[in-house]
Amino acid sequence: MAVNQSTDEQDVGVGSRLVTFVLRLIIVVAIPAIAFAVLYAGFLFLRDSNAPKWFITLVAIVWGVGGVAALYWIFNWLVELLPDTWKGRLQPFVFVGPAIAILAWYLAIPVVRTFYISLYSRDGPQFGEFVGLANYVTIFTDRLMREAISNNIFLWILFGVPLTVGFGLVIATLADRSKFERVAKVLIFLPMAISFVGAGVIWRFIYVVRPLDAPQIGLLNAIVVALGGTPRAWPAYTAISPWNSLFLVVIVAWLQTGFAMVLFSAALKGIPDEILEASRVDGANEFQVFFRIMIPSIRGTIITVTTTIVIFTLKIFDVVWVMTGGQFGTDVIATQFYRQSFIARNAGYGSAIAVILLIAVIPVMIYNLRQFREQEAF
Amino acid sequence: MAAERRQKWISLILVNGTLFVMVLLWTIPTTGLFISSWRSRLDIQTSGWWTIFPHREWTTVDKLDPKELGLDSTAVMQVEGVEGTFEQLRAGVETPSGTRIKWVGNRRIGWIEVQEEEWTVNWDFTTENYKQVLMGKEFEYQRPDGTVEIIPGDNFWGSILNSIAVAVPATVIPILIAAFAAYGFAWMNFSGRRLLFIMVVALLVVPLQIALVPLLSDYKKLNLNGTFLAVWLAHTGFGLPLAVYLLYNYIRTLPREILESAFIDGASHFTVFVRLILPLSLPALASFAIFQFLWVWNDYLVALIFLGGNPETEVLTMRLANMVGSRGNDWHLLTAGAFVTMILPLFVFFSLQRYFVRGLLAGSVKG
Repeated sequence: MAVNQSTDEQDVGVGSRLVTFVLRLIIVVAIPAIAFAVLYAGFLFLRDSNAPKWFITLVAIVWGVGGVAALYWIFNWLVELLPDTWKGRLQPFVFVGPAIAILAWYLAIPVVRTFYISLYSRDGPQFGEFVGLANYVTIFTDRLMREAISNNIFLWILFGVPLTVGFGLVIATLADRSKFERVAKVLIFLPMAISFVGAGVIWRFIYVVRPLDAPQIGLLNAIVVALGGTPRAWPAYTAISPWNSLFLVVIVAWLQTGFAMVLFSAALKGIPDEILEASRVDGANEFQVFFRIMIPSIRGTIITVTTTIVIFTLKIFDVVWVMTGGQFGTDVIATQFYRQSFIARNAGYGSAIAVILLIAVIPVMIYNLRQFREQEAF
Repeated sequence: MAAERRQKWISLILVNGTLFVMVLLWTIPTTGLFISSWRSRLDIQTSGWWTIFPHREWTTVDKLDPKELGLDSTAVMQVEGVEGTFEQLRAGVETPSGTRIKWVGNRRIGWIEVQEEEWTVNWDFTTENYKQVLMGKEFEYQRPDGTVEIIPGDNFWGSILNSIAVAVPATVIPILIAAFAAYGFAWMNFSGRRLLFIMVVALLVVPLQIALVPLLSDYKKLNLNGTFLAVWLAHTGFGLPLAVYLLYNYIRTLPREILESAFIDGASHFTVFVRLILPLSLPALASFAIFQFLWVWNDYLVALIFLGGNPETEVLTMRLANMVGSRGNDWHLLTAGAFVTMILPLFVFFSLQRYFVRGLLAGSVKG
């Protein structure tokens, strides 16, 4: 910026400075205005257009990615025009501001809003009436909801999590000693790339049941019949309820074991070889090495993996929804949440279920925050 | 010495054997689906996919007409040296020579087959399933008895485009926003920095269910429901905590000297970020990108809520889930459809596996 001009140019300077100032002002207003207009036009196009799908896809990608980049560039450009003190104060918010705004809109504020909605009857705060904590009382007294909660805790968490963590740990340990480590790990890990809906189809095909006189095309029933048993639609076999949920739990264990294995595998490789060798030299057998040395050494990872899978299992939705739709006594918390909020349109009750889910993860949140403070990264 | 060697062999076999069984258990479900997707509709309905492997099966070597033999189906019959009632013959009676006598059809117009057990494979593969699943047009299916059935096709191709339109921006947008924020948290000083980052960490495990009801009402007011934009923003919001956290942890570890020398040369924060930080953070960006891409591609709940009800914008997971509902027994289509939804994630997974694992290791705190 031109600041020190010689005195004889002062008169001209005032005039031209005024012009530059006005010009600048126009540019400062015009560029963001044009940019916003273009972005808004793109938004309207994407919202209302009937163009061919591939074209919309292309525009969507360019608009979405380019638009975000353009916004950052413009805001930064505006801030850099300011004097240094203001620039220093405002520039960080150009960088972190959008992230914070989106986080606030999509996660932080909804926590409060959902809690608020949960205090009202089915039509929400706008049309419904204030019912206090009645929705929460219903959660713990309604038979279906109690069934969902008990499935979620006693079958999904109590069986699913140990199954996943256990298999993950065993496979990681075995793979560590095998020449085929890479291949084995990739194949176990592979289901992680598959969607829950896809996994649902895979396992529906395993559980398929055909009439008694027809050949069984589902693997499980084919085995059952070969062993002389009666073929059943296992996840829908209500006579063994609530244990039929375990046929769904297995699916998630199958999907998530790869995740546990990868984390355990990395942790196991972090144990110094000398410690393991020393204990073997001292006469410890492989089981003792595993339980006395390895498991204590990777305790931190075991906790992380377990909490991650617990949280994950608590929110399990897709698998149950695709496999049974929550029928046959296989309901879980998240399917109840979905049914109440979006099918029964009971906003108040649905929100209360969501709040219960949130409350359930608060201990983990506190643990994470404590870990974060201990690292003292700031 | 020999004992020690034997011990070593035993443990080697034990380790690899158990591992092999595990791997087998883990791969069989997907293998079965994949194999079935290439088998014809009739084959899938009448035999398990494992019959593509060599197995012994009864094959007919001779056909006999009961009338010619003068058999009375209401009494005990004698055929080829064995005897049995109609019910027994229908189930099949084995002769001492190893063949099987079986009545096929009903009492009146049935016939008797002499069968021998032979080694065979059911290798009759077809691409029809994929054609039918991918194309939107109608399909003609020739029934075994010669009649023709017209079946509407499933428009998976359109859903693939939708999934791409959802997944690409929903991956890139949060990365860009998170990278800026991570840089801000790592290298800039401002009031509220610590508090805001604590918010990010706290939000890591918040279940997204908590946000769905209020967001849906916001979207209704903005007339955004059913648009791609709605889903991108939602995935951006839900993916941001992990993205910021991961990228912050990475960017923080970049050597300070590089930045300082750039600042001395007069570079602004923006230039440093675009020219230095982004290229240097590429491994971390890639890790998160794969993570987020797979997450968005495989997501069902968010798409169901914000895109639901509009067949024009249906993504692959919704398409497949709907097919499970509407044609849950058409396994030739379900298997092919399921595999179509997996192609891209599997490709990404195999080609970028290293980054994916790295992302997992860094981000295992997400809820």
